[in-house]
Amino acid sequence: MPAKAAERHRQGQSGPSGGKAVPPRPAKAVSKKRDEDVSTEAGEGVDEWAAAKTLVKPPDQLELTEAERAYKPISYVDQMAIHFSLNGNMILKDSDEGRRQSIKLSAAAKKAPVETFAVTSEEAEIKGEESTENTQPAGEEEAERSGTAEVAEAAEVEEPPPPSVKEQKLANQFNFIERASRTLNNPMRERACQSEPTPCKNFSATANQWKIYDAYVEELQKMERSKEKEKPKAQIAKREEEKKKGRKLTSLESQSDDINKISKAAKIMERMVNQNTFDDIAQDFKYFEDASDEYRDQQGTLLPLWKFQYDKTKRLAVTAISWNPKYKDLFAVGYGSYDFMKQGQGMLLLYTMKNPSFPEYVFSSESGIMCLDFHNDHPYLVAVGFYDGNVAIYNLKKATYQPSYKSSAKSGKHTEPVWQVKWQKDDMDNNLNFFSVSSDGRIVSWTLVKNELVHTDVIKLSVEGTTMQGPEGLQLQMLGCGTSFDFHKKIDYLFLVGTEEGRIYKCSKCYSSQFLDVFEAHHMAVDSVSWNPYHLKVFISCSSDWTVKIWDHTIKAPMFVYDLNSAVGDVAWSPYSSTVFAAVTTDGKAHVFDLNINKYEALCTQLVVAKKKNKITHIQFNPVYPVVIIGDERGHVISLKLSPNLHRMPKEKKGQEVKKGPEVEIAKLEKLLNLVREPESKAGK
Amino acid sequence: AEVEETLKRIQAHKGVAATIVINAEGIPIRTTLDNSTTVQYAGLLHQLTMKARSTVRDIDPQNDLTFLRIRSKKHEIMVAPDKEYLLIVIQNPCE
Repeated sequence: MPAKAAERHRQGQSGPSGGKAVPPRPAKAVSKKRDEDVSTEAGEGVDEWAAAKTLVKPPDQLELTEAERAYKPISYVDQMAIHFSLNGNMILKDSDEGRRQSIKLSAAAKKAPVETFAVTSEEAEIKGEESTENTQPAGEEEAERSGTAEVAEAAEVEEPPPPSVKEQKLANQFNFIERASRTLNNPMRERACQSEPTPCKNFSATANQWKIYDAYVEELQKMERSKEKEKPKAQIAKREEEKKKGRKLTSLESQSDDINKISKAAKIMERMVNQNTFDDIAQDFKYFEDASDEYRDQQGTLLPLWKFQYDKTKRLAVTAISWNPKYKDLFAVGYGSYDFMKQGQGMLLLYTMKNPSFPEYVFSSESGIMCLDFHNDHPYLVAVGFYDGNVAIYNLKKATYQPSYKSSAKSGKHTEPVWQVKWQKDDMDNNLNFFSVSSDGRIVSWTLVKNELVHTDVIKLSVEGTTMQGPEGLQLQMLGCGTSFDFHKKIDYLFLVGTEEGRIYKCSKCYSSQFLDVFEAHHMAVDSVSWNPYHLKVFISCSSDWTVKIWDHTIKAPMFVYDLNSAVGDVAWSPYSSTVFAAVTTDGKAHVFDLNINKYEALCTQLVVAKKKNKITHIQFNPVYPVVIIGDERGHVISLKLSPNLHRMPKEKKGQEVKKGPEVEIAKLEKLLNLVREPESKAGK
Repeated sequence: AEVEETLKRIQAHKGVAATIVINAEGIPIRTTLDNSTTVQYAGLLHQLTMKARSTVRDIDPQNDLTFLRIRSKKHEIMVAPDKEYLLIVIQNPCE
């Protein structure tokens, strides 16, 4: 049915296009078809084939059909086109032909073993061949007749050759017999002996460069020691003693707490901890430069840094401050009392700026300390003058709390407080010596001879015109009370002494009874005199009469006079400039002057301590850093940083060399002095 | 005695949280912390100090480590090495 339907469709299709050789347009045909008849499957299938472009035969190919004697389109187009055909030569095994061929093959196989016989049996082979050949055709012929007979014959043909094959066994020329025998194995026994393992220890190390270096250094030291041992025996005896002492020391050390070995680390740690706590102050000290000084029109300020205090000195006043010549951050503070009525013990503390919370060294004494001085060449020696008139030398290297050497009543101590001590150069026998000045009117030179202080009166401050007639015709001379002195930097024998009467005497070490010169300096006691560090002729003095005066020692009248409205406790030249000095007054203010910038006024007047409760006693400049330390009556020491205006070097004009050095400083001051001097000299004339 | 005082002062100083003294082998001798923390600090810082010292001396054998500071967000650990000992201080910097 479907085929007929397809035929009808085909007819319909080929009608209009009959006879045309043009290949149809299948798409249109398909659409038409689809519209007409959608249901038939065959029609659809045919349509698709028609639509395919890979048609082998055109769909409307006509074919002559005998039945209807007309050309009809081929309904079923065979899509298979045979391009090549090859007939194989394989036959089914069970078919007649297949069986025939298999028999033939088996006969040929029997021939093969027959052919492999030995030479001697060639004849037999030939015979065999012949026989097989004979039998084969016979077999073939017979096979054509009957199948079973074939098989039987084939079997017969097969059987005789195998027995013949079996009889002729392969053999070689030699009779080979294998023989073996086995011996008895001795039973094995294991015996072992184990020794004690040598004690092993793991050792690992890295050969660093510094380990090699350490080894070399040790070697070097050993060699040096052995060289020393070669020296003469007299020294060996000494060394033995030292070794004994050394042994004693080491035994003591081992007995003492191991903690002591950490002292250095502990010290560093304490400083670091302090640095952390006072971090901002440390930063200020190092880096802060007050920028507002530019706007201040040459005025300056003092920036407070650390404050040093120790609870044991709370009731004591700072009586002396001095910087260590070697370690620029170490300074010594002497504590005592200026009050005549309240005399107590004294203390000597050494602080370092690196550790503001605790002093490095603490020494206490029975009497108040009034003055102190570091030795320039031996920065571990401190000379100290007491209120009771004694002097002492403290040795910082030794761990004792007592002074190394002390004067006593027998050895000629002063009868009044010692106001100033100053180290001198070693005398001709290389003994250390220092001078002291006291209210008892004597200037004494103390020499350290064979571990004892020997005193020599250098000068007696006799006051002119005060000889009195004592009983029995003795002439008594009134002695002035020295309160301060200072030695000239260059001219060794020249020194100045300030007294309570307000006079300044210029003296020489060579003349013991006469002064070189006298200056009527002040109305009240001269608290401090100081030579200018650069200019050879200039010195400064301050007094409780509220004035600070600058002098040229060749001229009687002062060069500059400053009135500071309050008793001046101390004055100090700055170490970096010949024209800068600072003064402290009892009203708690610090004044800094720079003569180069302003001859009449202070560049900075700053209240450093609370006005009414506290008085400032001393001031010192740090030799290296722009820092001053100020001591007050409550036992505090305050460090202050000078603002840039205060320690500015004069700016040179561009193009000129910037000169530095003492000569410049001297020239600077000289210029200033000349301005002041000439009218004076004119006035003098 | 003096050293004892110094250590006491350090401990009493503002911001110091702990103080540890350890010997050359890394065993703590003296501490203000509890045991486990101390042992931990001791072990770690000992190694670090050895490494730091080795570094400094490798660069220049004549040089030696004086101080080591480790500043972290919460505190600052300071290590002062000695020949036989190591002093460790943990401080809270006052900021």
